[in-house]
Amino acid sequence: MTINSIVKRIAVPLIYLMTIASCSRPENAPALVADPDNGGIALPRGFYALVVADDLGRGRHIAVRNNGDIFLALQELKGGKGIVALRDTTGDGKADVISYFGDLPGTGIHIHKDHLYFAHDTAILRYKLRQNDLLPDLVPETIVSGFKREYQHAAKTIAFDTIGNLYVNVGAPSNACQQNDRTPGSPGMDPCPILENYGGIWRFKDDVLNQTQADNGSRFATGLRNCVAIEWNSRVSNLYVVQHGRDQLNQFFPDFFTDEDNANLPAEEFFLLEEGDDCGWPYCYFDFQKGIKVLNPEYGGNGDSIGRCAEKKNPIMAFPAHTAPNDLIFYHQDQFPDRYRQGAFIAFHGSWNRSPLEQEGFYVAFIPFDNQLPAGTWEVFARNFAGVEPVNSPGDALHRPMGLAVGRDGSLYISDSVKGTIWRVFYQ
Amino acid sequence: MLFILVSCKGKKVAAHTGSEAGELVYKKYCLACHQDNGSGVPGMYPPLIKTSWVQGDKTRLIGILLNGLEGKIEVNGQVYHTAMPPHQYLTDQQIADVLTYVRISYGNEADAVLPEEVASARNQSQPTN
Repeated sequence: MTINSIVKRIAVPLIYLMTIASCSRPENAPALVADPDNGGIALPRGFYALVVADDLGRGRHIAVRNNGDIFLALQELKGGKGIVALRDTTGDGKADVISYFGDLPGTGIHIHKDHLYFAHDTAILRYKLRQNDLLPDLVPETIVSGFKREYQHAAKTIAFDTIGNLYVNVGAPSNACQQNDRTPGSPGMDPCPILENYGGIWRFKDDVLNQTQADNGSRFATGLRNCVAIEWNSRVSNLYVVQHGRDQLNQFFPDFFTDEDNANLPAEEFFLLEEGDDCGWPYCYFDFQKGIKVLNPEYGGNGDSIGRCAEKKNPIMAFPAHTAPNDLIFYHQDQFPDRYRQGAFIAFHGSWNRSPLEQEGFYVAFIPFDNQLPAGTWEVFARNFAGVEPVNSPGDALHRPMGLAVGRDGSLYISDSVKGTIWRVFYQ
Repeated sequence: MLFILVSCKGKKVAAHTGSEAGELVYKKYCLACHQDNGSGVPGMYPPLIKTSWVQGDKTRLIGILLNGLEGKIEVNGQVYHTAMPPHQYLTDQQIADVLTYVRISYGNEADAVLPEEVASARNQSQPTN
């Protein structure tokens, strides 16, 4: 054989094959090895998962730094600390260094402008991140303080736009603003005084210390019962939230609502929020099956009447009742296939109040988007967190998806509230 | 073996003639939060399973049902801090029935609550903290 013919017959095809092999893996696909069972969760074809860490505590929201470091908020202190920091030093995706810091428990957590922002139930703090260290400066600054200690819908969650604003979900300490909360037949207060300081999204500056809601906060949107899932979509410059709808229609107004009605009403609403929006709580709820906003029975509703609800903001999408949407992120990376880009992921923590019917949720959903709006129906993306089916009571669930974050490489991170398990989902 | 597994699921473990009325009250007013098996909701509503809160002091227990409960409590080693609303609209008989039912269900073993005891506690009307 001549040199030329060797090149033609062997080297060129070999180079061709090597190029094909490397191009078949998407750009930015990490060279990760999935857990044999994908960490126990079920994913669409082509997606895999590994468990980054487990038994971290009662996990809440999660943040991932560009260098891959992970921060998890805890609902309860573990060893006296409320935030977990994790670092993978070997590149296999599993956490090798796990450190606890912070003296307060909380829910919201977010990396923004070189700081780790952390939302306790009554205050928003931030820790200065250091360039190479896992742990930030351990003495936090207070950005917002003085939220009143409440015992219902007290968790604070946060989002940031790109022009210096911090958005805070201030949940309403109430189910439907009844005169006597959660009491059969008790009418709603009209107008609802709770809306003055709760039941909406408040906006603050993201870098001014010691702000308070009264002096520095401006109410961005109202009529929102509790929106644990809140996110700024930087691609379209809009704020989005997903609301926890009211509970126990059957228990408080049995003349109008059966057990089955209660299990299916109201929908959890997904909103694109603009300043000044009024989304209707407590006067209204969204009927998933009818596709309209109707009056709550506390305000004279009977399941059909609309009244003032005709003027309230409608959702861009509605989800099954009581599924507890607890986090929302928009996917802006390019590891996942094209159809996932721009889309939204929502973590549904799982219901408690569909009893005596089965509970629902305990999955991460995906919604394709085209610019500002959904471009199709929603689908379950990751499931089997609960580990049992059906789930009759949320205490039966082995895991409940709670927090979402996207790494710089495009991996999707999911946190769990039962044991603090963190999954890293990737596409290969 | 199967029997042990079944009973360990946390369902009612004893026959409860006379507490059917209590079970009806439970299903209507308590089940949503405390759940069909008494397990409550993690982080939100405490379990009623084998706890001194249920089996212990009757006056305290009646007071919780009458006046509600707000603030952190620890039940079986876990902390809960979601408010429980008052249930003063239930009659003395209903409260006696449902507490009697819960005190012999979910692994609990304690004596009945009488309507007179509820009436007496209602008259005192002391909020629990």
